[in-house]
Amino acid sequence: MDALTLARWQFGITTVYHFIFVPLTIGLSTLVAIMQTLWVRSGKTEWLRLTKYFGKLLLINFAIGVATGIVQEFQFGMNWSEYSRFVGDIFGAPLAMEALAAFFIESTFLGLWIFGWDKLPKRVHLATIWLVAGSTTLSAFFILSANSWMQHPVGATFNPATGRAEMHDLGAVVTNPTVLAAFPHTIAAAFLTAGTFVAAVCTLWMVRLVRRGDTDRARAVYRPGLRLGLVAIVISGIVVAGSGHWQAQLMFRQQPMKMAAAEGLVNTETRVPLSLLTVGSLNNDPASVQHLVQIPCLTSILADNTCNSTLKGVADLQKQYEQKYGTGVDYIPNLAVTYWSFRLMMAFAAFAALLALMTLWLTRKGRVSDNVWLRPVAIAALPTIFLASSAGWIFTEMGRQPWVVAPNPNPEGADMVWQLTMRGVSTQVSAGSVVTSLVLFTLLYGVLAVAWYRLMRRYVAGGVDDAGLGADTPADGGEGTTTDVDRPLSFAY
Amino acid sequence: MSHETLQILWFVLIAVLWTGYLVLEGFDFGVGMLLPFLPRDERERRVMINTVGPVWDGNEVWLLTAGGATFAAFPEWYATLFSGAYLPLLLILLALIARVVSFEWRGKISTPRWQRSFYWGLVLGSWVPAVLWGVAFGNLVAGLKISPVTSTVSNPGAAQDITRTTLQYTGGFFDLLSAGHGFALLTGVLTATVFLAHGAIFLSLKTAGDLQSRAAVLAKRLSLGALGVGAVWAIWLQLAFSRNAWTWAALVLAALALAAAAWFAWVGAHGRAFAASAVAIVAAVVLIFGAMFPDVMPSTIDPAYSLTIHNASSSAYTLTMMSWVALILTPLVLAYQAWTYWVFRKRIGVHHIPEQVDVTFENAPSLR
Repeated sequence: MDALTLARWQFGITTVYHFIFVPLTIGLSTLVAIMQTLWVRSGKTEWLRLTKYFGKLLLINFAIGVATGIVQEFQFGMNWSEYSRFVGDIFGAPLAMEALAAFFIESTFLGLWIFGWDKLPKRVHLATIWLVAGSTTLSAFFILSANSWMQHPVGATFNPATGRAEMHDLGAVVTNPTVLAAFPHTIAAAFLTAGTFVAAVCTLWMVRLVRRGDTDRARAVYRPGLRLGLVAIVISGIVVAGSGHWQAQLMFRQQPMKMAAAEGLVNTETRVPLSLLTVGSLNNDPASVQHLVQIPCLTSILADNTCNSTLKGVADLQKQYEQKYGTGVDYIPNLAVTYWSFRLMMAFAAFAALLALMTLWLTRKGRVSDNVWLRPVAIAALPTIFLASSAGWIFTEMGRQPWVVAPNPNPEGADMVWQLTMRGVSTQVSAGSVVTSLVLFTLLYGVLAVAWYRLMRRYVAGGVDDAGLGADTPADGGEGTTTDVDRPLSFAY
Repeated sequence: MSHETLQILWFVLIAVLWTGYLVLEGFDFGVGMLLPFLPRDERERRVMINTVGPVWDGNEVWLLTAGGATFAAFPEWYATLFSGAYLPLLLILLALIARVVSFEWRGKISTPRWQRSFYWGLVLGSWVPAVLWGVAFGNLVAGLKISPVTSTVSNPGAAQDITRTTLQYTGGFFDLLSAGHGFALLTGVLTATVFLAHGAIFLSLKTAGDLQSRAAVLAKRLSLGALGVGAVWAIWLQLAFSRNAWTWAALVLAALALAAAAWFAWVGAHGRAFAASAVAIVAAVVLIFGAMFPDVMPSTIDPAYSLTIHNASSSAYTLTMMSWVALILTPLVLAYQAWTYWVFRKRIGVHHIPEQVDVTFENAPSLR
């Protein structure tokens, strides 16, 4: 394999891996903040128990998200140096702002939250987890601004003198319609992930305790956690669907090739159906595409809110692109990958929806349940909700190919600002170097995945902790806050 | 502000970010590096790890910010540096990944095998970057094999072929190690020694009991070592590589600060020793960046091929916008990070360490 292919695999592996953990971190930090707020406001110890329980799971997950995020900051320079030169003027800005505005708050206040239980007044300590939650969400905005600019460049012009894209409007970059749609979609997906995680874990415990005959404990501790997870699932589910529809409409106008590839649409058509099952050869030959099962009109409605909208097919777009951007490039993304990742993104969320529907009914009006179907559905919902995010990103990024910066089709848009992925790769880095890093990252990530799974499983299985609730209670404000210097540290490493 | 003023400002700002990183992560690297040498048992090990527990993550963000700021302000520097120093950077990244998860995960399962694995994650995760960042800075000061490289940027089959010439690293991995006839390697020794001393002084300041007295003894020896290595390194740098005479001032300041750190460590004034050690790192960064200025990556092949603040920078618009962002946010960052250090100012001893961090399994052995 050449350096380009290897570099693409490396980016795919490191980024998809990183983003397995990120949605849970973003969503769960806010849910833990809500749990702690409920405890501070109501004084009910079950919320403190749940805060500490999910807090530990959050920390296990946070660490691997932070660790794998370091690579993201540097691999643009390592494997994609020509891309970095071309876009640094614009793309570097949100990355620097992300570190300065979000990462500093996140890391500093996470340290204060972990170690501050007995050092900070209750409300100040509560504020630290909210700052962590807010800054993780803010960091998502900055990195999505950067990514959205690659999907739909705005606020920049090509400078022939320097051979680089140059920014002339930072405001346009951070109010790019692409990011305004991608941000709610990604954040809602993160809440859906975390809500499903909390709901599924609490469901497993509820079922277990009810079977053991300990319904009081199931009702007192795990049912409130389950209901909180359900609220998150329902609200974020609605936002995910709505923002996803908005994204489809933007994609119709901004990236028609990606839209066509998602449907396997070869020729330009009106009243385009949504295909549920399409087959074709894996060598990306548009002529081999055969639609087997379809829902009439739905793609046209998704794209432009009307059954009569016309979508261009990949074959027609290819001809159009060849005229404009050169004849030597296949401008059609990998059809099988885009088509299936788009569908898997939605299909993977089905178990979360099923879990939500079942538990909403079975735990209505203060009930707890040990229904035999709860356990298998909860266990199926746990991994699949993570995979839904992965599939969504694989679709977004693979559908953009062969571009690393896709052209903005708007006539007055940043029209000269585009770059093929093959032109973004480092020219002075050998395939041997890339294969070395690819192998080492993959091995390390494999080991860490096993350790992460082992830890998550162990701490999920440990259940809420009743010990030390008194000792770990944050000091109250005002008089008498002098803490015993010999008291053991809470949450210590 | 003129484009050139902005370029100078961002060169200084990136030096400030690296200073923040090396001063702060410097001592938590030192603590990690000392893990095989200082503690006598698991409790003392945990005391050491917990002294930096609340702050190491915030310290590391200075690096991410330096990386992001270099990308935004000097894209050509970012691109040439990280594609050129590919393998050392890879090793640093692998080490930092292992280090981050080791901090958080090591204590979470109390089996010896688990703890040993993540203990080595902490030790190697601290040693490897401590040495390699030094080697990297040594390369920047001594210069690298940078030459013009011309590549096609237009699409295949486009109406006309367009090429672009950029300044890129064209040497190999071993050229990075031998840069400056050993100067780069000495810089690696320097950063390792300085961080060891910085960490030992930090531990003398932050621990209590028997561990503290052993840390204090080590701080004396290591700070003398840092003074010795630092003196040789700084004079070599100034005589062989500095483009600016004024960096003599930074050299003198670094030398005085290292001497002061050693003196205060010797008399047991660890607060002052730590401050002096921090000043020494600040002065060393000023020396490194001052010696390069206005180059950001000097070429050893031809000075005309050097990447400078002028030919590596972003547009004036980007630099202006980023200046506003940095101007507003940096003081805030300094304020809340300083507050964190205030909150966690107390010494830690073995009596502060709880028996159990691992899950208690009170409720059930497993979910099976």
